[in-house]
Amino acid sequence: MGNPNKAKAESGFMRWVDDRFPATQMIQEHLTQYYAPKNFNFFYIFGVLAMVVLVNQILTGVWLTMSYNPSAEGAFASVEYIMRDVEFGWLIRYMHSTGATAFFVVIYMHMFRALMYGSYKAPRELIWIFGMTIYLALMAEAFMGYLLPWGQMSYWGAQVIISLFSAIPVIGGDLTQWIRGDFLISGITLNRFFALHVVALPIVILALVVLHIIALHEVGSNNPDGVNIKAKKDETGKPLDGIPFHPYYTVKDLVGIAIFLFVFAVVIFYFPEGGGYFLEKPNFEPANPLVTPDHIAPVWYFTPFYAILRAITFSLFGLDAKFLGVLFMGGAIAVLFVLPWLDRSPVLSIRYKGWMSKVALAVFAISFIILGILGALPTTAARTVVAQICTALYFAFFLLMPIYTRLEKTKPVPERVTG
Amino acid sequence: MADNGVNKGRRRFLVGATTVVGAVGAVGVAVPFVASWQPSARARAAGAPVRADISKLEAGQRMTVEWRGRPIWVINRTPEMIERTLGIEPELLADPDSSVPQQPAYADSELRSIRPEIGVLIGICTHLGCSPLYRPEPEAAVTDNWPGGFFCPCHGSYFDLAGRVFVNVPAPTNLEVPPYRFEGDDIIVGEDEEAA
Amino acid sequence: MKKQLFALLFALMPFTAWGAPAGDVPHSMTPDLQDQESLQRGMQLYVNYCMGCHSLEHQRFARAAEDLGMPQDLVEDNLIFSSSLAFNDQMHNAMQNEDGENWFGAAPPDLTLRSRVRGNDWIYSYLLSFYKDPSRPSGVNNTVFELVAMPNVLEPLQGVQEKVCAATDHPVEGAELDPLTGKYQACGVLQVTQPGSMEPEEFEEVAYDLTNFLAYVGEPSKLQAQALAPKVLIFIFIFGVIAYLLKREYWRDVH
Repeated sequence: MGNPNKAKAESGFMRWVDDRFPATQMIQEHLTQYYAPKNFNFFYIFGVLAMVVLVNQILTGVWLTMSYNPSAEGAFASVEYIMRDVEFGWLIRYMHSTGATAFFVVIYMHMFRALMYGSYKAPRELIWIFGMTIYLALMAEAFMGYLLPWGQMSYWGAQVIISLFSAIPVIGGDLTQWIRGDFLISGITLNRFFALHVVALPIVILALVVLHIIALHEVGSNNPDGVNIKAKKDETGKPLDGIPFHPYYTVKDLVGIAIFLFVFAVVIFYFPEGGGYFLEKPNFEPANPLVTPDHIAPVWYFTPFYAILRAITFSLFGLDAKFLGVLFMGGAIAVLFVLPWLDRSPVLSIRYKGWMSKVALAVFAISFIILGILGALPTTAARTVVAQICTALYFAFFLLMPIYTRLEKTKPVPERVTG
Repeated sequence: MADNGVNKGRRRFLVGATTVVGAVGAVGVAVPFVASWQPSARARAAGAPVRADISKLEAGQRMTVEWRGRPIWVINRTPEMIERTLGIEPELLADPDSSVPQQPAYADSELRSIRPEIGVLIGICTHLGCSPLYRPEPEAAVTDNWPGGFFCPCHGSYFDLAGRVFVNVPAPTNLEVPPYRFEGDDIIVGEDEEAA
Repeated sequence: MKKQLFALLFALMPFTAWGAPAGDVPHSMTPDLQDQESLQRGMQLYVNYCMGCHSLEHQRFARAAEDLGMPQDLVEDNLIFSSSLAFNDQMHNAMQNEDGENWFGAAPPDLTLRSRVRGNDWIYSYLLSFYKDPSRPSGVNNTVFELVAMPNVLEPLQGVQEKVCAATDHPVEGAELDPLTGKYQACGVLQVTQPGSMEPEEFEEVAYDLTNFLAYVGEPSKLQAQALAPKVLIFIFIFGVIAYLLKREYWRDVH
């Protein structure tokens, strides 16, 4: 029965399943005979952690939906209802809100890993593009989720972000109204954001995660040396530098997951507000369309892009500063998508790239962090100048990449992985 | 990747230990999720005991109070009503002695109440959940020789004034008696006599 | 190289910002949710002096009774004044919002989450910073909240406080240090000029208890979190140790 070319159990229940569903085949392909390079380091835990956080968000999200009321009149009170009246509601809610922050922490680390070790380069361009699409969907998911508590920061944050679309010439005004479904952000907006946050975007993200992993397992994992482990195989056809994902990386990931969960639990139990960065103070006041809080900043994971938006204070090529800011902000994310074709280096890993790439990556990371800090602070003239410099450095990292990666002298890549 | 020198016993023990501790952790994670389905403080507040003044309830009359979203009948039975109810032939009733625990132990008397004159019943038919009609007088003639009681219009079940179900009707058991107690002129539904 | 980058990326996480002060207010306090007596006094003060105008829309009497260790009949007899409120109800006030607007120019806000919006230091300072200002309709102003609409309802306890020129131990803006006394001579210092029924130290405790109670009300789940956290963390730690031993055992194979 079934496809005779597939791996099957000898007998018993698994054999019965295997004749109907390729269970053993899938376990072998993705776990017991998926050969991963043996030299993964610390930075390779974040993919697994992203999965852990995704499961956490879905599970807690489903439970929050059971008690949340997506209406302008009831949303704020229903969050307090969850926090106080529902058994363990506070824990489930903090797991979800802290999970949002954790998601971006692990995703940024995961992306930084890819930048360091050239994980976006051929043949892994599609893995990178699927991943970037996940990142984009995740930002939309987080943004819409932040409206749901219907506090002051929810309301005015959404107000600011939606207004960005009004910068688009000609159609801007109509577009913002269409997104809101009203003349201001109202219960109508809340309802559609709720639908997208709990139904549409999670489906999109899950589908993209599946694509991301299928593409990864098709070409195999990269490693800190950027060496192709499939080039050197033993007589049975196993990569010499590869080890089966299960049990070796499953047990190793368990340790990483335990460490992550410890930190995660500390934040949930002792610092759920994250000093006002995870849950902002004004958000403990119900949304009031007539009063704007003194200082509006997006949640920390958006601040680098927000800083880029505010850094553009000048007009250029007949485009006004407002529209230009939106273009730069969009461009800051869009440029990541074409990264695989900007890097012309013959090697993958930063370990064997020249000094120019190393400096560029360091400068880029520092600029990104500075932008993130600036985006959370009120603007001053001096800060705007710093933000402009960092914005320039941010784009220079990408746009000059075709030049410096070709100019620089790379080190020879070993044939086998090191360490 | 050599297999030599592998301590299989140690390995098996550690796999077992990780599995057991991991399973305990999974159960621990499940606890808040399962517990969050318990009635919330709001539901418990809405389901809290209700108090009603019965000093104005005239003999033969019935009043309805709401407790946990259900109608609770309080009837003030006249001596004639009590006499008629006690006079029903036991074979006409499905459970004349209230052996099915449809009432708190302290309301396990013949008239299924703490005080003989005051009857307290949950006004929901034990058949499919309709609320029966109050037919206290023999003239209502629900059956031949009707002693007074309740008649359910949905599927034709009927009960006497103590809430006991008659034979040959769809309802399987007597009407339920809620926990209740008296405090001065008030009746408190939803709180047991011993409590508070 | 990579370690430095890693360190930098970690700096991206705003953990360093924890514990930052909530703005410049003159006094600070640290809530103690384990001090049930302070919380009970705070609740009693709240229902007596505040709840006439300020509701606690999300806080149930029953939950406070449980968390602060007070029996039901005690709460019902001493802390629930309105006959329309039951033990399980939230701490609503009797005043209509429109009345509040008419009487004070603004509806008194609900205070359930005030400690999380303003911070505990702010509430504590606010309670201590009323002073006499005849130009205001209520006769008082507040250094923490300029042109406040609320009268100083605690005045019978605190007495009348006025802005005076005096010597203080703490530096105030525009103050000059007197080298002889080691004190600062400044104007705009708040001082009680007509004593109330309490000494200033006693009144500071009143303000502390009230603030402590509002800190509790802002996040009652903190009590549960503090109780649960050690168990969860110890469990994860044990799991991590076992997982590490397992990993080390398997990775003996890898050369």
